[in-house]
Amino acid sequence: MTEKLVVIGAGMASGRMLEHLFDANPDAYDVTLFNAEPRGNYNRLMLSPVLSGDKTYDEIVTHDDDWYAANGVTCRFGERVLGIDRERKMVVGEKGEVAYDKLVFGTGSNPFIIPLPGHDLDGVIPYRDLEDTEAMMQLGDKPGAKAVVIGGGLLGLEAAAGMAARGVDVTVVHIMGHLMERQLDEAAGYLLRKSLTDKGITVLCQANSKEIVGENGRVKALMLDDGTELPCDLLVMAVGIRPNIALAQDTGLATGKGIHVDDQMVTSDPSIFALGECVEHNGAIFGLVAPLYDQAKVLAKTLLGEEATFVNKEVSTKLKVTGCDLFSAGDFAEAANREDIVFRDPARGVYKRLVLEGNRIVGAVMYGDTGDGAWFYNHIKDGTDVAEMRDTLIFGPAFQGGATADPLAAVAALPDDAEICGCNGVCKGTIVQAIEAGAGDLAAVRATTKASNSCGTCTGLVEQVLAATLGDDFQMPTAQPMCGCTDHTHEDVRRLIKSQELKSQPAVWQELGWKTVNGCHVCRPAVNFYLLADWPLDYMDDPQSRFVNERNHANIQKDGTYSVMPRMWGGMTDANELRAIADAADKYGAVVKVTGGQRIDLLGVKKEDLPAIWRDLNAAGMVSGHAYSKGLRTVKTCVGSEWCRFGTQDSTGLGIKLEKLLWGSWTPHKVKLGVSGCPRNCAEATCKDVGVVCVDSGYQISVAGAAGMEVKETEALVAVKTEDEVLEWVTAFIQLYRERAKYLDRPYKWVAKVGLDWVKDKLADAVTRADLVERFEISQSVYRTDPWAAEVAKSERYAPLANLMLEAAE
Amino acid sequence: MNWIDIGHIDDIPERGARLVKTHAGCVAVFRTASDEVFAASDRCPHKGGPLSEGIVHGNKVTCPLHNWVFSLETGEAQGADEGVIATYPIRVDGGRLFLDITELAARSAA
Repeated sequence: MTEKLVVIGAGMASGRMLEHLFDANPDAYDVTLFNAEPRGNYNRLMLSPVLSGDKTYDEIVTHDDDWYAANGVTCRFGERVLGIDRERKMVVGEKGEVAYDKLVFGTGSNPFIIPLPGHDLDGVIPYRDLEDTEAMMQLGDKPGAKAVVIGGGLLGLEAAAGMAARGVDVTVVHIMGHLMERQLDEAAGYLLRKSLTDKGITVLCQANSKEIVGENGRVKALMLDDGTELPCDLLVMAVGIRPNIALAQDTGLATGKGIHVDDQMVTSDPSIFALGECVEHNGAIFGLVAPLYDQAKVLAKTLLGEEATFVNKEVSTKLKVTGCDLFSAGDFAEAANREDIVFRDPARGVYKRLVLEGNRIVGAVMYGDTGDGAWFYNHIKDGTDVAEMRDTLIFGPAFQGGATADPLAAVAALPDDAEICGCNGVCKGTIVQAIEAGAGDLAAVRATTKASNSCGTCTGLVEQVLAATLGDDFQMPTAQPMCGCTDHTHEDVRRLIKSQELKSQPAVWQELGWKTVNGCHVCRPAVNFYLLADWPLDYMDDPQSRFVNERNHANIQKDGTYSVMPRMWGGMTDANELRAIADAADKYGAVVKVTGGQRIDLLGVKKEDLPAIWRDLNAAGMVSGHAYSKGLRTVKTCVGSEWCRFGTQDSTGLGIKLEKLLWGSWTPHKVKLGVSGCPRNCAEATCKDVGVVCVDSGYQISVAGAAGMEVKETEALVAVKTEDEVLEWVTAFIQLYRERAKYLDRPYKWVAKVGLDWVKDKLADAVTRADLVERFEISQSVYRTDPWAAEVAKSERYAPLANLMLEAAE
Repeated sequence: MNWIDIGHIDDIPERGARLVKTHAGCVAVFRTASDEVFAASDRCPHKGGPLSEGIVHGNKVTCPLHNWVFSLETGEAQGADEGVIATYPIRVDGGRLFLDITELAARSAA
């Protein structure tokens, strides 16, 4: 005998489940279908087109009477289920009982109604079913009708757009800062809001509803808590849904937020099943259609005795709201270890943002053009390493032609409104115009448009725009002037300072024809360094030509406080120093951080406290760690032969000697050293600017490593036998770097420009080496000193000039 | 008018600035290479960078955080950046510097 299956609820999930069931075995069950709505299955997602008039109800019906008849489904539509008698396996409907062998709950969800005063007035409706839709449609027939929608999520906006299309004056009230905050980031939310506003819809964000005002039992207006009154003839609440579990609770099934089901969609009663928006599976509840269809597939198999398991996959949301394409997937919150790739095209209203963690996409938000959404979603799911295609990633799969991917083609294909420089918001068209008006190189484009003038990461893109616009007329530049103040390159300026014996800033400005009074923030720190490096005894370092950190001998933090880091020679410290650091942390309220360079950083120190904390640390014998300088930072060491059973040489002792030799020296950019006691390389010496690896036969010196924006292993410079030779070679290398490199080039960049062979040739000559060491020592006679001690004497400079907070304001 | 003595011009480094705390927020007092003195809001409108810590060049200052450049005369951002910082009247009398705190409060309230 055929088993009896009763299904409660004719929604999208149960409808799909029945389809699977009948496809697999039309004769397995004798089916009865209850539905509280007086109709069968229709596509609820398509209510919005019905509302806006793009479709009729008949077009969105998924299963019509013929289908039910053909499959032998007994329909009990418009009839509520009053209760279930599990002992007798009987469903009690308003019009009588039906026996079941298997029972399916597809009771869906109820719209959530905020219990505001007045929520039970006539004309306050949710947006859930055809009746609600019809109420909104009717409003369009009334001239001058006004509606308020509470809720700026998907449903609320569709309701708003649908009514607006019918001529209703609609206001959307949303409690959050931007629309659809669960699916969209702020930028996309902004674009959506703009497009709604263009359609005549008023959007109020961060708006709190206080009360619904009525007249004769019917809604008249919505009051906000700031006193704003929004008159309306209809108020639609679309603030979310709750699983409809009342019947399941009455029946005694296990429920939480929803009806508990296992992976086979079985409830706590083995004869009763559930699916759709009414269920809770592993703590998750469901609102999107994709997982519901998966559940339908699984339940159909379960009912047929086949094995199937429901897995809740991460889903992407691809939506069309009021004609705007939206896509979001993954996690797109900002975090320190995340980077964004953003593409904007204001004229087309396109916004795309990819969120990367390392070389993997973890989130994507798209607005206006979502064609590549599925492709990005796949990369999120698969955790694809996108390093290779990162340059053109945002342009989507069309530009990922493997070896043929040509960034220039991608740039050439960009529309004029595409944003090139994110820092300064410069789009391609602006750059092209500037180029056509005569800006023939990067500097000219920077000066006229500001593109690539901030973080500089778009410099390559700007050069590509130049190349694409000028064609063969454009040569990728080899030498750029220092800045807009001069036509000379860094290399020219260095050469002329030496050859013309220019020993002061005014001499440089005058003799080299500077176009500004006293330079700018770009050239002045560079010129200051070149002068002090070349004329250590004649030129005095100028604090007013230094960036804030070097001027204040501490690192400014984002909240305006500073971090203070005392030197620990070779990474060695002792109990006294630690006590003094602990005391200072207590006294000045500092947060304590151990750094990657084997030092201890004190964060959160106020500017006016800097001289005092330095004085305290000085008193314990500590000096500045120069964590802020373009100069020697740290020498990282391992414990070496002193302690380690593998150590071949005294790496700690050598590190301390190097640090005491080099500290205080200014260099074109920061310099970090490492000394490892054996090739196991615990001090990670081979990714430093200078690395020394001890071996049985002596010391291997290598240079030009990097472990920052770029990661690069050092290259062998020389192998020597004694510590003294190490000190000589390292000093000579650093002095050569000081004399020759461009300001803000790390050693690895400089070596790449001049070539390691050139460096080796220079240093291989014993006389040259000795001269370099001598010049370094002359410079260090001035600079091998603790700046903290000197600054403590000028402590008033760190306090405000005046405090007028004490004056009475008049 | 209520001119308050805030200090001596030599208290400010040439091509530098010092801070004055006021009820209307922090005011940066700049001294240029030619000993001109300017008073302006210490806060960069871009990301709130402390302008008194910026490099002073000509009659301009560069924000230490993201290199926005402001005219100390007009308070306007230079080049392609758009923004403006409040500027305040300041008087030099025999090397002493005076800020008008009435004006300060009025402009900050505006």
